[in-house]
Order: sequence, then C-alpha cells, then structure tokens
Amino acid sequence: MFRRFLSGGLLGAALLAGHAAQAQDELLQELEAKADSTQAAPNFTQATFKGTHIINSQSVETPGQGTLLFLIQHRFGTLNSGAYNFFGLDQAVLRLSFEYGLTDRLTAGIGRSSQEKTFDGFLKYKALRQSTGAHAMPVSVTLFSSAALTSLRFREPERPARTRWAYTYQALIARKFSPGLSVQLMPTLVHRNFVDTRRDQNDVYALGAAFRQKITKRLALTADYYYLLPGATADDMRNALGAGVDIETGGHVFQLHVTNAQGMMESLFVPRTTGNFFDGDIYFGFNVSRAFTVKGR
Amino acid sequence: MKTLLLVLLSLVLLPGAGAQGKYSTRAGLISFFSATPIEDIEARSTQANGVLDLNTGQLAFSVPMKSFVFRRTLMQEHFNENYVESDKFPRSTFAGTVLNFQPGSLHQGGPQSVVVEGDLTIHGVKRRVKVPGTLELKDDYLLISAKFSVAPADYDIEIPALVRENIAKSVAVTVSFACSPTAPLQATNTR
Repeated sequence: MFRRFLSGGLLGAALLAGHAAQAQDELLQELEAKADSTQAAPNFTQATFKGTHIINSQSVETPGQGTLLFLIQHRFGTLNSGAYNFFGLDQAVLRLSFEYGLTDRLTAGIGRSSQEKTFDGFLKYKALRQSTGAHAMPVSVTLFSSAALTSLRFREPERPARTRWAYTYQALIARKFSPGLSVQLMPTLVHRNFVDTRRDQNDVYALGAAFRQKITKRLALTADYYYLLPGATADDMRNALGAGVDIETGGHVFQLHVTNAQGMMESLFVPRTTGNFFDGDIYFGFNVSRAFTVKGR
Repeated sequence: MKTLLLVLLSLVLLPGAGAQGKYSTRAGLISFFSATPIEDIEARSTQANGVLDLNTGQLAFSVPMKSFVFRRTLMQEHFNENYVESDKFPRSTFAGTVLNFQPGSLHQGGPQSVVVEGDLTIHGVKRRVKVPGTLELKDDYLLISAKFSVAPADYDIEIPALVRENIAKSVAVTVSFACSPTAPLQATNTR
C-alpha cells in the first residue's frame, strides 16, 4: 500500500511539475503577445555609425544629451611625396573640434582647421530616426549646416570679412540594413562667398555616399565618396574619396583612413579636392574622438 | 488508488476554483547597478511588462533591452551594441513560480517574503534561477519586488580584456512592479 501511495504521489508530483512549467511558459507567451500588440514606443535603431564622423563626412550620429565630444582630426601629406618627406608624415594638417549634445537630437559644434586657418561652427539635428514597431521609419535623416571662416592673412589686397565665409547644407540620409551594414547618402550644397576665378562656382552641388561594414563588434570598414554635380568645379577638381577602418575602445573611437582630400570640413573637401587617389595623391589620416559626460541623464 | 489520483488532480485544479485573477503591469521598474574601481554603472527601465497569476502563483516578466536608460549615452550604446546585442535579443524575460505561495496571507496585509524559481533569459541564454522577493497587496495593487544578482559571464555576455576592469563580474538587479488586476485573457485577446 505504501509503495502504491508513493508511486501515486510521484505521478501526481510529476503531473503537477509538468503542469506548472507549461503554465509559466504560457503566462510568458501571453505577456509577450500583449507586449507585441500594444507596443507603444517605437524601437529606434541605434549606432548606425560608430562615430559622428565617417571619414571626411559627418554621420547621422549625434552625441547624446549632455555629452561633449572632443575630436582630433589629422591628415598627413601625400604618400607619393617621397622618402624625403617620409611619405607624407613630415607634414600634417589638423582640425580640432568640440561637439556638444544640447539634446539627444540636436548638437552644436565648433572647430578649427590648420588648413587656411579656418574656424567653423555647425548645427546638426536628427530630424528622423530609423525605427521599427508602431510607426516604422525606414531611414534616419540628420540635417547639417555649417559656417566656415578663414582667418588667413591675405596680402595685397586684404580681403573683407564677408569674402571669407563659406556655408554648407547637407541632408544625411542613412539606413542600417543589418547590425553590420550601414549606408548613408548625402545631398550637399556648399556656398562660397568668394571664389578664385570668375569661372568657378559659388554654389557647388554634390552627392555623397558612405558605407560602414562591421567586421567585429569593435572593428569596422568604412568608405565615403562625394560626386560633384557637373559644372566648372567638377571639371577642375576631383571627387573626394576615402577608405578606412574604425576601431572602438571604451570611450574612444579611432578612425584610420586614406583619402585624396586633405581638408576636413565640407567646404574644403567637397569643392576643393585636387588629389588623384589612384595616382598616389593619398593622405593618410585619422580621427580620434573622446566622449565626456558633462551632464548625465 | 483512484481516490488518491482524484485527490491529487483536484489539488492541481482546485486553485482555479477560487479565481482571484491575474495582476499585471506594463510600466514595471527594473534597474541594475554595478560598482567598479573606475565608475559605477547604473541603468533603469520603466517599460517592463509583468504578470502574476494569484491562482497558481506563477509569474512572468519581460523587458525590452533598449528601454534601459543610462546616465552616459555612450554607455547605453555600448550596452546595446556590444554586450547584450539588443537587435538580436531584444528582450530579457523571466517565467517562474512562487515556491512558498500563500495567497491567503496576502490578504492579511503587509509584505510576504517569497522565493521565486524560474527561467531567466538574457542575451538568448536561459538559466534556471531562484530569487527571493516580496509580495504585497495594497490598495488594489499587487506590489512585487525582488533583488538579485546576475553575472554577465553566465549569459555569454562577452567583455573584452580591454574594458574588463570597468565592468563588474556581477550586476545587482532590482525589480519593482506595481501590478493592477487584469481582465481575463479572453477579453484582451478579442481586440
């Protein structure tokens, strides 16, 4: 009798345990189904690019609210300048900039390039964010505008201030196709108040494209390219091309690249690139960024 | 023997008779904290879904990983991109049972200490865990709270050597839900 009781009890216990396991999974399924059907908050795509810059281009990314980004950009001389110049490493131009996230979507920045002693200021706004869920958005769109002022001393004749300004307007349209692959298109207008020749254009239109392919979680390949729309500038200048790698550590992003443009601001590299990439007019360069949390959320 | 089975079966089915319904929330709070020599890491989500069935003592919760907000935006990005891989594993879930469940004592007021056992799934890895917590019925709300620790390594969350010192071996997780009575499942499903 006792044995019977035991076996019966065991059977019952097994039944009970099986029942419980099934029920708790059902409860979870019910919960998940409800979460799916009533998900109110869209699921925004994150980290389309590793940094706020791709190579020469700005990316759709902005530092979040309260984050200050210190960016050092460097371009050495051309590789084909020979051993005497240590293949370009003897020479370098530099841009230093600060970018601050006023909100998660709006960033203000200032910069200074050694090329033509140029100061620049810019605003960047994430207008649309790629998302899935209730109101899915296929792409992210960030609007970018900058003003650049050269402080170079001109001799004979000295130029008035208004001739020193150049402006850039860009729409950065990006899509993260998979966790590894991101693509960005950049319709661009650069307006220069003053150009060197009567023939040259004050308004230069270009279409940029950039991509990133992750290799590991912290390593990615990148490229960007600007196609100048037909005009005098396109006839005289080259399209800016860059290829590089992104290496991410904790708070830094290191971007190493080769490009045929030495300028590091849109108004310099879009309309004024002269290097022929395939002839060896290649500048080795890097961007390093460091993020500081000034004001936590 | 037959009687015994019948008794056992009725024991299994009995709780259903005293239907007290389910309690659920869609705004549960889950936060986690870890201290390291370099800095403290803290994040919280207020978008956890939770449900507890008072009839059976079973409970489940689910939290979207992207809903965790960090003080540093960069940390939040790294959390999602590099560690928990939110695109691949968008949610963490728990499904379990209250072991020493006494629905009766809930009605006497005051918090009741319980132990919950179940499957915790993070980063696609499911593990059986046993965690202590409390239940309390208060003004029509069922308050569920629990504190437990999670080791990232247990859930195949890889931390590269470079930043290993910055991320604790074990993360303290706090769960705090205020659940309200839910209409029966059938009613919510017909929408």
